[in-house]
Amino acid sequence: MDFNDSPEEAAFRLKARAFMEKTCKPKGADKALAQELDGKEFLAAAKAYQKKKAEAGFAGITWAKEQGGQALPPIYSVIFGQEESKFDAPAGPFAIGLGMCIPTMIAFATDAQKKRYVGPALRGEEIWCQLFSEPAAGSDVAGLKTRAVRDGDEWVVNGQKVWTSGAHYSDYGILLVRTNPDAPKHKGLTMFFLDMKSPGVEVRPIHQMSGGSNFNEVYFTDVRIPHSQMLGAEGQGWNVALVTLMNERLAVGGSPGPDYAEIMDLARRLPAADGQSPLIKDQAFRAKLADWYVKSEGYKLTKFRTQTALSKGETPGPEASIGKILTANGLQDITNAAIEAEDHYGIISDTALAPMEAVFQQSYMWAPGLRIAGGTDEILKNIIAERVLGLPGDVRVDKDVAYKDLPTGR
Amino acid sequence: MNFDFSDDQKMLKDQARKVLADKSSTKAVRAVLEDAGTSFDAGLWSAVAELGWLGVSIPEEYGGLGLGKLELCVLAEEMGRALAPIPFSSTLFYFTEAVLLAGSEAQKQAVLPNVAAGAVIGCFAVSEGPGAPSPATLRCTFDGAALNGVKIPVTDGDCATHAVVLAKEGAGVSLALVDLNGPGVSRKTVKTLDPSRGHAEITFTNAKAERLGPAGEGWDIAERVLDRAAVLTAFEQIGGADACLEMAVDYAKNRYAFSRQIGSFQAIKHKLADMYVANQVARSNAYFGAWALSTEAAELPLAAAASRVAAIDAYHLAAKENIQAHGGMGFTWDVDCHLFYRRAKLLAVQGGAAPVWKEKLVQRLERRNAA
Repeated sequence: MDFNDSPEEAAFRLKARAFMEKTCKPKGADKALAQELDGKEFLAAAKAYQKKKAEAGFAGITWAKEQGGQALPPIYSVIFGQEESKFDAPAGPFAIGLGMCIPTMIAFATDAQKKRYVGPALRGEEIWCQLFSEPAAGSDVAGLKTRAVRDGDEWVVNGQKVWTSGAHYSDYGILLVRTNPDAPKHKGLTMFFLDMKSPGVEVRPIHQMSGGSNFNEVYFTDVRIPHSQMLGAEGQGWNVALVTLMNERLAVGGSPGPDYAEIMDLARRLPAADGQSPLIKDQAFRAKLADWYVKSEGYKLTKFRTQTALSKGETPGPEASIGKILTANGLQDITNAAIEAEDHYGIISDTALAPMEAVFQQSYMWAPGLRIAGGTDEILKNIIAERVLGLPGDVRVDKDVAYKDLPTGR
Repeated sequence: MNFDFSDDQKMLKDQARKVLADKSSTKAVRAVLEDAGTSFDAGLWSAVAELGWLGVSIPEEYGGLGLGKLELCVLAEEMGRALAPIPFSSTLFYFTEAVLLAGSEAQKQAVLPNVAAGAVIGCFAVSEGPGAPSPATLRCTFDGAALNGVKIPVTDGDCATHAVVLAKEGAGVSLALVDLNGPGVSRKTVKTLDPSRGHAEITFTNAKAERLGPAGEGWDIAERVLDRAAVLTAFEQIGGADACLEMAVDYAKNRYAFSRQIGSFQAIKHKLADMYVANQVARSNAYFGAWALSTEAAELPLAAAASRVAAIDAYHLAAKENIQAHGGMGFTWDVDCHLFYRRAKLLAVQGGAAPVWKEKLVQRLERRNAA
């Protein structure tokens, strides 16, 4: 056992670090950048950053050379990500497009389409979003309603998508729609890509419970998409979507907010329940702190195991699927405990007044979303149970029923 | 990055799994558990000695194979999976580690080759009564030559030939190495939650003993032994926890209720997924502990505490929810669930229970932050 890179990996890491040092400021050094999130300046900075990344050979690290990639094994992607995460790099707007949409395009689009779209996405000139979830189709995304009807060489789309990250600044999107309501739900779906500036596409930001707006609703009213922009065959949309979603687990990850170290810091300055000693001396608190440490380390070290598998050229084990369950729930626990430790004052979320710039209060309001986004705790546990442990799938009452005859509730 | 065991280590693990599936079946475990007069499986002990496993991490100059601690970790995991009813952990994780850490050259020469050959069975005698021991509460005494007092419970103390004993020496604490078949030692078997391993109350009355390590340093040495045992035991615990999860999964696939496999219900799936997550958290922490142990890294004390806390949690969850997944059958004597439930509790308290280790973990974290 060791934690060392192979000589090739070490050389790549050095190059990656040198690039990052030249291109971005260390994490936390550039407060303005973080606060400008979603602003026009931020987007311009992000596009410029992505362009430099592509020019330096750090975009599409695992993609084939003919797609403009570097054709390197996945471990190099991990290494670059580790170095990038130490800096304030505005990479967010490209995560979904390059992580999920473009790999789907590479798998299903025509050569001419790939030639047209892959390069600009890689260089940050065009941004992509993913239009799957709907108000009545979240965990059960195959139950989606948005309808496409063929009209000559075009398809006419009506319906609504939801939770679409970055739709408001995206140029293109991949869109899963229902083309045959008479077929069972998984069999009547088809995938398209479309220009987000098409007439009839309306993007409205969602006002989250946390106060911000990181996601959108997207409405489709008689939106026309050329037949040539179908990805995969008609009725094969679910299989195409599975390819997109397979990439999701690799695209999400990382530490979401304050962890054991931050609450430990806080506990040195606050009193324990007895009013005498500092909280850090409180036995009940210390026991919880140990639990948080073990889970946080467990997650970090599990990623090392994944990295090891990648480094050996193996497919990462199922251990990759436990990350979000651990981090999202850990975040909710830790932020709750921190607020309780602050007692009545803990209700204050003003960054100028609350301890540590209200990081606990802010993350407390973000944590519920993290437990839902990209697969709820419950869906992730189903995935572990079925794909890792090999338990049988749930009884499917909707398997052989035409979509149009399915009960929908509200 | 190579945060995994080597191919050779994995081969050793596979071999151990095959051997133990044959020689340490739950039938063999029950033979010890159900016979009050038997405290370990002597046949299995000889077989394990012949395979060289008792000497796997003992240096060659002391009659061992001279492999490393990582080899001992993979064997520990398989011992845990098979619930091996032998004094493997007491002898190797505690007794041998204490001798390796603190023994004189003569003591190592006298003891270790016999450990490797299976002739010496060791135990580590710390507890004297309810509650975690501390230097202030120890009542056993040692004067450099003779040992007096009572240790209870001593895991594997009824079948052991030798013990390392924690005792007061003057104002300090020392470790004493004692031949349990010598004069002044009397033993009584103690009834415990896990009779698949023998336990004893050992009374020392002017028993002849040698000091192990410098006088007055016994407590510190014992802490270091406990750290090493924590990592090794974590692997034993993970082996057991994985076995519980596999048992529960197997049952959930084959048991039908409401005309379907119970494993198709999300209430069962989520329970088993929780067990899986806990086992992975424990495994990853234990791998780090193994790395720290095998390289004598400065991170060992903190890594050992994290390994132990995570492994105690995982095995507890897996053992109790395995019974729950089995429903009423799981509560019967004949189904094996309780064997793991018993062993999980033994491994959770031998060497210090979770509250003690969580406190150690935080102290060590504070020390690291201060450094």
